[in-house]
Amino acid sequence: MEVVRIIPCLDVANGRVVKGVNFEGLRDAGDPVELAKYYDRQGADEIVFLDITASHEGRETMVELVSKCADEVFIPLTVGGGVTSVEAARALLRAGADKVSLNTAAILNPNLIGEMMKEFGSQCVVVAIDAKKDLDGNFFVYTHGGRNKTELNAFSWAEEVVSRGAGEILVTSMDRDGTKEGFDLLLTRGIADRVNVPVIASGGVGSTEDFLIGALESKATGLLAASVFHYGEISVGEVKRALVANGVATRFDH
Amino acid sequence: MIAVIDYGIGNLRSAYKALIAVGANARLIDDPSDLKDPAGVVIPGVGAFGAAVNAFRSRGFESKVRGLIESGTPTLGICVGMQMLYEGSSESEDSAGLGLLEGKVEMLSGSVRLPQMQWNRLNIARFGGSALFEDVPEESWVYFVHSYAAPVGADTTASCDYGGEFSAAVGRANLYGVQFHPEKSSMVGLKILSNFSKVCGSTAVPNGGLLWR
Repeated sequence: MEVVRIIPCLDVANGRVVKGVNFEGLRDAGDPVELAKYYDRQGADEIVFLDITASHEGRETMVELVSKCADEVFIPLTVGGGVTSVEAARALLRAGADKVSLNTAAILNPNLIGEMMKEFGSQCVVVAIDAKKDLDGNFFVYTHGGRNKTELNAFSWAEEVVSRGAGEILVTSMDRDGTKEGFDLLLTRGIADRVNVPVIASGGVGSTEDFLIGALESKATGLLAASVFHYGEISVGEVKRALVANGVATRFDH
Repeated sequence: MIAVIDYGIGNLRSAYKALIAVGANARLIDDPSDLKDPAGVVIPGVGAFGAAVNAFRSRGFESKVRGLIESGTPTLGICVGMQMLYEGSSESEDSAGLGLLEGKVEMLSGSVRLPQMQWNRLNIARFGGSALFEDVPEESWVYFVHSYAAPVGADTTASCDYGGEFSAAVGRANLYGVQFHPEKSSMVGLKILSNFSKVCGSTAVPNGGLLWR
C-alpha cells in the first residue's frame, strides 16, 4: 500500500527559520528544532530543512542544527540547499539527516548524484527539480532558487537523475509557488509517470482541498508545503483528517 | 550498556540518540575490543546490503557480535542491520550474510514505487507476540526506507504490506530485527526501543529520559 506523506518545509538561514512563523505556545518560533518538534506532534511524516544561507559559516551552523534536531526529533529529516560535495553530504548525514537534497549542484555536476548514491545509498539522495512552463507548454528546469533557466526538460531530467541514482524527486512548480492555486498536477504527474521512485509535490498549496487533490490526482506520494503550515492557516492534522475522510491512506492516529 | 555498533556507514547517530531519549545507557562502539559484556547490542544499517555487511566484517565485528548473540546478549538489527542477520540478499549476491536466521532477503515486488520510503502499518497480533511490541497497538505506523526485505517466515514477529507481505520484524530467542527505523518512527518507534532496552535490563531512568512532550 502506498501511503501519502505530509511534509512541512522550513527555510533556514544561519540556523534560524526565515519565513514568517506565527504559532502560539512556541517558546521560540524562529528555532527550527522547536518547529520540527511542533510539526512532529501534529503528525507530520517528515521534515525538510532548506538551507538558504549564502555563507560558509552558515553551512556549518546547519550541521550543528541538524545534530540538535536529531537529538530531539524522531521523524525523518531531509536537508537541502547548497550541498555541492560528497563530504558536505556526509557531514549532514553523520549529524543525523536521513536524506540530502541536491538541486543546482546536480545540474552543474550530475556525477555528484552517482557519487552520493555509491557512498550512502540511493535512499539518501533526493534531487529537487524547480520547473516552470514556457509558452509552448513545456516544463523547463531552473537553477539557483529559480533565477536561471536551463535548457533541461523537467521530464527528461527527472528520468536522468533516477538513472544516475536518485532515490526520490522533489518537484516544485515555480508557476504555482506562492499562488495558493494548488499543486501543478500536469508537472507532478508527468514526472511521477516517468520514474518509479517516490515523488514529492511542492508549490501552490493553499487549502486542505489542494492537498486532497494532490493526493488523489498528482501521483506524488509526498506533499510538501511551507507557508500554509507556518502561518497556521492549516494544521498537518487537518490535512490528514481530510485525506482519511476521503479514503486516502496516510498515517493518522489521533 | 547497550552498544550501538558504529561500523562506518550511514546515520548511526539517530539510533544512538533515540536510545538515549528512552533512558537507555547507550554507547556508540567503533572498536570491537570495546564490546566488553554489553547488556545489549544494536546493529543499525543503511545503504546496500553488500557494503554494509562487508564494512561490518572488515571492521572486525563479526566474530565478537556473533559470540555475544550466541551467549544470549539481546541484539537488535535495524533495517540493513536486520537483513544482515540472514544468509544473504539478492541485492548483493557476492556478499554472504551472517546466517543467524535462515533464508534470503529479496527485492520487494508488485507495482509499487521503490524504495518504499514511507510510514506503513504493522501486523503484529497474528504472530504471537514479541517483547519488542509490548504495549504497541496492532496496525501501528512506523517508518520504512528499503527496496529489499525478508519474506514472512517462522521467525516473523510483525509483517507489513508493500506490493506484497514481508517481514517487518523478526525474533528468535535473544535476537531481534526490525526492517523499519524505530529511531525515525516518532512515539511508536521510541516505545519499541524502550521495550528493547527493557529486554536488555539497562533502562536507567523509569519511563525513559524523553526529551519532549
